[in-house]
Amino acid sequence: MVAGYGAELSKLLESIGAEPGDRVRVLTIDGTTIEGVILPRYELGDSNVLVVKLRSGYNVGIHAGRIEKVEIVGRSAKRGPIGAPVSLLEKEPSPPSRVLVSILGTGGTIASRVDYETGAVKPSMSQEEVLLAVPEVLNYASIEVEEVFSVLSEEMKPWMWERIVDAVARKIESGVSGVVVAHGTDTMSYTAAALSFAFHRGLPVPVAFVGAQRSSDRPSSDAAFNLLSAVIVAAKAPFSEVVVVMHGETGDTYSLAHRGVRVRKMHTSRRDAFQSINALPLAKIYPDSGKIEILDNEYRRRKSQGLVVDNGFDDKVAYVKHYPGPIAEILETLIDKGFHGIVIEGTGFGHVSTDAIKAIRRAVEEGIPVVVASQTLFGRVNLNVYSTGRKMLEAGVIPVEDMIPETAYVKLSWVLARTRDLGEIRKLMTSNLAGEIGYRHHVRLYPRWYHGGKA
Amino acid sequence: MGEKLDYKKLGLKVGLEIHQQLDTKHKLFCNCPADLVEAEHDSFIRRLRPTRSELGDVDIAALFEWRKGRAYEYQAPLLHSCLVEADEEPPHPLNREALLIALAFALSVEAWIPDEIHVMRKVVIDGSNTSGFQRTAVIGLGGHLWVSHDKKIPLETIVVEEDASRKMGERGKVISYRLDRLGIPLIEIATAPVISSPEEAREVAEAIGRQLRLMGRVKRGIGTIRQDLNVSIEGGAKTEIKGVQRLDLIPKVIENEVRRQLALLEVRDELARRGIDPGSLQEEPRDVTGVFRETKSKIIRKTLDRGGKVYALRLRGFKGLLGREVMPGRRFGTELADYARFWGGVGGIFHSDELPGYGISMGEVERVYELLGADKNSDAIVLVADKEENAIKALKAVRDRALEALKGVPEETRGAREDGTTFYMRPRPGSARMYPETDIPPIRVTEDMIREAEKMKPEPLPVKLEKLVETYGLARGLAEQAIRDLRFDLIERLIYRYGDKLPAKTIVSLFVVQLRGLRGEGVDVDSIPDEKLEKVISLIAEGRIAKEAFEKLVTAIAMNPQANVEDLVKDLGLGKMGVEEASSIIEKILRDNIDVLKAKGSKAFNIAMGLAMKELRGKIEGRTVARLVREKLEELLGANS
Repeated sequence: MVAGYGAELSKLLESIGAEPGDRVRVLTIDGTTIEGVILPRYELGDSNVLVVKLRSGYNVGIHAGRIEKVEIVGRSAKRGPIGAPVSLLEKEPSPPSRVLVSILGTGGTIASRVDYETGAVKPSMSQEEVLLAVPEVLNYASIEVEEVFSVLSEEMKPWMWERIVDAVARKIESGVSGVVVAHGTDTMSYTAAALSFAFHRGLPVPVAFVGAQRSSDRPSSDAAFNLLSAVIVAAKAPFSEVVVVMHGETGDTYSLAHRGVRVRKMHTSRRDAFQSINALPLAKIYPDSGKIEILDNEYRRRKSQGLVVDNGFDDKVAYVKHYPGPIAEILETLIDKGFHGIVIEGTGFGHVSTDAIKAIRRAVEEGIPVVVASQTLFGRVNLNVYSTGRKMLEAGVIPVEDMIPETAYVKLSWVLARTRDLGEIRKLMTSNLAGEIGYRHHVRLYPRWYHGGKA
Repeated sequence: MGEKLDYKKLGLKVGLEIHQQLDTKHKLFCNCPADLVEAEHDSFIRRLRPTRSELGDVDIAALFEWRKGRAYEYQAPLLHSCLVEADEEPPHPLNREALLIALAFALSVEAWIPDEIHVMRKVVIDGSNTSGFQRTAVIGLGGHLWVSHDKKIPLETIVVEEDASRKMGERGKVISYRLDRLGIPLIEIATAPVISSPEEAREVAEAIGRQLRLMGRVKRGIGTIRQDLNVSIEGGAKTEIKGVQRLDLIPKVIENEVRRQLALLEVRDELARRGIDPGSLQEEPRDVTGVFRETKSKIIRKTLDRGGKVYALRLRGFKGLLGREVMPGRRFGTELADYARFWGGVGGIFHSDELPGYGISMGEVERVYELLGADKNSDAIVLVADKEENAIKALKAVRDRALEALKGVPEETRGAREDGTTFYMRPRPGSARMYPETDIPPIRVTEDMIREAEKMKPEPLPVKLEKLVETYGLARGLAEQAIRDLRFDLIERLIYRYGDKLPAKTIVSLFVVQLRGLRGEGVDVDSIPDEKLEKVISLIAEGRIAKEAFEKLVTAIAMNPQANVEDLVKDLGLGKMGVEEASSIIEKILRDNIDVLKAKGSKAFNIAMGLAMKELRGKIEGRTVARLVREKLEELLGANS
């Protein structure tokens, strides 16, 4: 098959020896002549339709059944050596001495480039590309870029968290001023939470996760704005915490550094999708001026040493949501399958239906911790208010205050890799290790929704 | 300006790109309504970053804007824009209604329609699109359009694409745009560059507009159709002229551009005669602030007081050329100033062909010549007073433009002004950066779609004409005028709806005679919405007002855009009068003038009619007045004689 085309077109193209990149003249059965460059068939298009790029730059598709003849007009032009690319900045910045920031690539939109011909998105992140695309980072630090691996963030698994923890630890040991982790946005908050626990006993410098909601091929991409913000944090933030750095609002004005254990992707597509839940963000960053404005003064300070790594995650933890359905059956299945721990997103205060309580009791009896957070996201779980809650407590669930449920899942995965003792687990889960639990919510820690009228 | 031009000899080639908004329920890639509003809005600030092509190059004008710190304020009306316009959500699937209308047009000009339509991203970084690119798709290639019954013009492409945001203003580094227009579906029709005279270009543009309106599915009014022109002459360069809003301006814009290119070629030849080559222009801008310490020039004084500097550049051998006119009211020096403004962000330049002047004295000019080691008899000098950095950039841009002058006409994108002149907008973008819009899968053109589009396809001009003549009994001349009318789709609809009560020829006349007459008198009839005109016609058809009231009422509507039609009818007392009331008014008029009428004998009727119509025009049909006058005259004169 030629470049993703179906049998008929492949045969046709092979018969004249045409390949993607070749300029061809296509004569259609209705007598029209179309000249253009053959493109490979990408993704899920109809493989019986030939795609050519016209001289104007437009692509059009011609169905095999309408093609009378194809002839080659010119062979694919091999590109000459590429000259030195134009720099975005008038003057190359010279980085402050002895400030080195390490950028680690793990994949996702921020570390992808579009193939301008096919539109296919290819993962790639090199030192050269980063400096070419966002040369302003050099105003704040020297940069080294390394790719840990490249996956779309929905493919992320706990064993990959471990690899990232190792990579970050190595960089910190080598003496960098801070680490930036470029990550896909879908599961970025899980990974950020994972690192928060792995480094909670000792982290001398900031670790800033960063992603992009708009791909970097577009002039409106948020990638550069976010990356610059993250580098600023890594280079000079006074705090040494694991944070997620992303747009603060829809405009290009400031970004926010959120604690890795408090942040959640709250929108499918907006730039400001990442928001702290039940907590204030740690800081505002103005990438145009390089200013960092601290919003929460309770933070761990940057130090010259003191790295303590506590790596390791259990990969057999279940995370389920209570819903009006056969939840008891699901819990029984998880126990049967030998899961090591279960996090339940309960309704409201953290409830499950009473028929599920029997299953919870069985889990606890078999040594499987059952952790409860709330699917309302905002607010604190409280199992003392209604009798169902009290029955859940009696059955042995571990409620985790105002912890967001995804963080509860990551934390349980981390805890289970250290102990299987239910008492120990309960103690660790209900202690505030990395800022994941807050004991005071003032009234503004809840978004104000739009209710019509003047915005 | 100047003698008549022989365009054939000059090798004039013009291509047209017509952009017309489609009249659809929704925008092209989201569910927002497709019209403009003056409403409450949120706003947000963004910047656009120049992106690199695969070869690592960037759009130089975009880079320049970005380096300047250019930012964009987007005004987002809540009901007319959504996250798609804000570039906060991927596009929804391509609007099928818009696609079908565009396909219908493509069918009507017998273009080749692709089997699969690919939406592309065309990089546009002037901020008018929040994403930094315009979504656009070819839906037809080739084809031809009948300009008149015996002449057709070949088309190159038919494209459906999204309109850009509306520019609302500019303050310092921030340009404001409103998002209501962003995403309104446009059809773009590009002709081959085969048009060879300015007048022909106007004709072709008119014919394309007519063909579009024949579908009855396009928007009307200011800004809903825009013409871009590509103009070149033998030995000149292709100039892209953006945004000609009026048809009748097209010939003038082309003529001006041809004259500009000719003038630039003359400048080139003159420079060659003077022996100027690129080596002659290797000069750096020099600081001449010292010369102006005691200057009487207010402009320079102000700049110096603010800590600015005066820089000068010698243009060897350019003496006398900067004052040469290239367009009405615009000189070669203006071309240099355009570059200085664009690339240096300065207010303008002073050049030796206009000095002494602006308070700059002869002595100062001479000292600058001296400082630069320039020859007063052959060299030109250019001065810029501004912040040092800007002044230097501006003069470097002037030098670059002067270097271009040695070659002739630079390739530029220019903007059209209302007076038919043009101004430098930016260099012509290199090969348009275009790559696939991966958020929208390719669209297979199905037989169903073609069938639906066929139903919308406008009838060919001759067929339409025949129908008006045969079915509605219009005289051929009137029918032709109707088809040419901007509101032909409305006229046709009104004939269809009210034809049983009001003759088609009356309806057509009201538009092509009365309405056009009012426009000639300066009444702003074009901004009256269709609905109001339809209301007027319906009132006439129902016999509630006389057709003689048309002009008075329409004028009032134009002058009171907020008022509703019924109220105006009442206010103006145009509501039709009962026959009895009219009869008693006529009787009174005749009695008051009975002596005169008696004296006039056989002419009495005409005089009586005149008096009566003066009072009753527009309030009751003229025919009825005549009948009543005749009856009353007989009654009165008969009785008294």
